[in-house]
Amino acid sequence: MKTIVGLEIHVQLSTATKLFCGCSTDYRDDEPNTHCCPVCLGLPGALPRINRKAVDYGLKVAKALDMKVPEESEFARKNYFYPDLPKAYQITQYDKPLAVEGTVEIEDDEGHEKIVRITRVHLEEDPGRLVHVAGGSKYSLVDYNRSGIPLLEIVTEPDMRSPQEARRFLNKLRTILEYLGVFDGDREGGLRVDANISLEGSERVEVKNISSYKGVEKALTFEVTRQKNLLRRGQKVTRETRHFMEGRGITTSARSKEEEHDYRYFPEPDLRPLRVADRVAAIDLPELPVARKNRFMAQYGISLNHARTLTGDPKLADFYERVASVDPVLAATWVADTLLGELNYRDMNIAAVPAERIVELLALLKSKTITDTAGVQVLREMLDACAAGKPCEPPAVIVEREGLARATGDEFTQVVQKVVAANPQAVEDYRAGKKGALNFLVGQVMKETRGRADPRELGRIVSEYIDTGGV
Amino acid sequence: MITESDIEHIAELADIGISKDEVPEFTTQFNAILDYFEVLDTVEGESAPDAGIVNVFRDDEPRPGLSQEEALANAGSTENGFIKAPRVM
Ligand SMILES: [Zn+2]
Repeated sequence: MKTIVGLEIHVQLSTATKLFCGCSTDYRDDEPNTHCCPVCLGLPGALPRINRKAVDYGLKVAKALDMKVPEESEFARKNYFYPDLPKAYQITQYDKPLAVEGTVEIEDDEGHEKIVRITRVHLEEDPGRLVHVAGGSKYSLVDYNRSGIPLLEIVTEPDMRSPQEARRFLNKLRTILEYLGVFDGDREGGLRVDANISLEGSERVEVKNISSYKGVEKALTFEVTRQKNLLRRGQKVTRETRHFMEGRGITTSARSKEEEHDYRYFPEPDLRPLRVADRVAAIDLPELPVARKNRFMAQYGISLNHARTLTGDPKLADFYERVASVDPVLAATWVADTLLGELNYRDMNIAAVPAERIVELLALLKSKTITDTAGVQVLREMLDACAAGKPCEPPAVIVEREGLARATGDEFTQVVQKVVAANPQAVEDYRAGKKGALNFLVGQVMKETRGRADPRELGRIVSEYIDTGGV
Repeated sequence: MITESDIEHIAELADIGISKDEVPEFTTQFNAILDYFEVLDTVEGESAPDAGIVNVFRDDEPRPGLSQEEALANAGSTENGFIKAPRVM
C-alpha cells in the first residue's frame, strides 16, 4: 500500500524586524509583550508596511528552489477568530503567492536521487504565542512578541512516499535555508510543519502542530500505522485534521467547527501589490549543498558519504575547508566520523572548536607521530577543555604531557618481548594456528603501550617476531 | 441576492450575536449595500488612482515600539505581562 505525503513548512525568516512593522524580532528570553506596536497588536488605525528584506529573502528561496516568480503577487486577509491573532485576520498570501513551481532533490528510500516538487511559497505573518495554563484553567495567556514575525510558507506536492523520505526532505530544505542565510536553525520553533498523509485509495489526514523537523518522521510513522490498522480492521480512514502530541508521539483528532475553513480571503486593502519578478536576476545565490557536495568530492577526493555529511551544515562544511589542507581524506574521516560523534556526545556546536588545533592534530596523525587511538584521546581532552570554557591546549602539548607519542624503537621491541615472554600459552596457541591467540597478544601490547601502537601494524610485527624465532 | 440564511451564516463567522427578529432587517440592509456596489461597478473610466503603485517597502531597521505597560493598556485582563484570553482547545 503506497504512502503519500505532502508537507507545508512554515519557516521564520531571520530578518531584524517583523514583516509589517519595525518591531525587533530578537525577543528571545525577553518579557512577553515587549516587542509590540500598534501594527502587530492590531490596534485600530495602524497601517502595515512591507519589510523589503523579507520579500528578498522569499525571492532568494524561490531562486534556490528554481521557482517561477509571477509578474504580480498580493497579500490577502485570512479571517478567523483565535486569541493569538490580534486583528482577527492574518495577513498572508492566497491566490497570488510570491513564487510557484519549484523542485528539491532528495534521496528516496533506495538511495536514488528523486525530485520533490514545490507547489508554492508565500509570505505571511506569524500569530502570537499562546501559553496554556496547566490545571484546567479557564483562560490562556497571550504573548504578541512573535506576532508579525515573517514566515515563509513552503508547500510541496504529495511527492514523498514514506516518513523517512519526509524527514530527508526537511533536512535538505533546512540545509538549503541555512546556506541561504535566511533562517536561524538554532531558533526554537523556527521551522514548523503540517503534514498531509494518506494511504493510496484512502482519505487524506492533515497532521498539524509538528514543531520540530525530527517530530515529522515520528508523527507520520504513527499515522501510517494508525491508518493501516483501521483498514486492516475493515474500517475507513476519516478525512480530518489531527494534532501531533510531541511528548507522547501520537496524533489525536482535532474536532473542528464545520465551517472552520470559511476564511473569506480577500485582497489586503492596506497593502499595495508586489511586482518583484525582475528583482530575481540580481539575487546572488551562495554555493548550495548539492554543488558544494560535488565540489568536495572533486576537489578533495573524498567519498560521497563524507561529502554529504560535511555539507549537511554550512558551518561544518566551512570548518572542514579550514582543516582540509593537511590531508583532505584524513581530515574528512576525522571531522565526519570522529569529531561529529564527539561533539554530539558533548552536545557541543562545531563553532566552539578551534580549527587550528584540529589542523595540528591532523598533522600529528598524518606524520604518524601518534596513533588513531591516541588521536581520539587527544581530541577528547581538547573538546573537554573547550566545553568547560578552558583554553584549548595544542595537541603536541597534550601528547607530550600524557606520553602519547607512538611507541617506536627499543621501547616498542621491549614491550613485544615482554608480552610474548609472559604469555607462553598464547604463543603456543598461535603456533598451533589459533587465530584468537594473535589478537590476544596484540591486545596485551596495546594495553602495555596505552594505545600508542597501531593494532594493524602490531599484528604483523608480533607474528613476525614469533615466526622468526624471536623466542 | 443575500438570503436570511446567508445573514445567519455571516453573523456566525463574524462572531456577532443577532436575534431572529433582526435577521430580516439586516438582510434588507445587506442587499441595499450590494445594490449600491453594483451601481459603483457601472462607473466608466480609469481605475482607482492608486493603480500601478506597487512595491511599497520599508527598510529592515528596528524601531522602538510600545512599552509592556502601553501594550497591555487596552487588554481586558492581564497576568505577568501576558494578556488573558478565553481558553481555546
Ligand atoms: Zn510591531
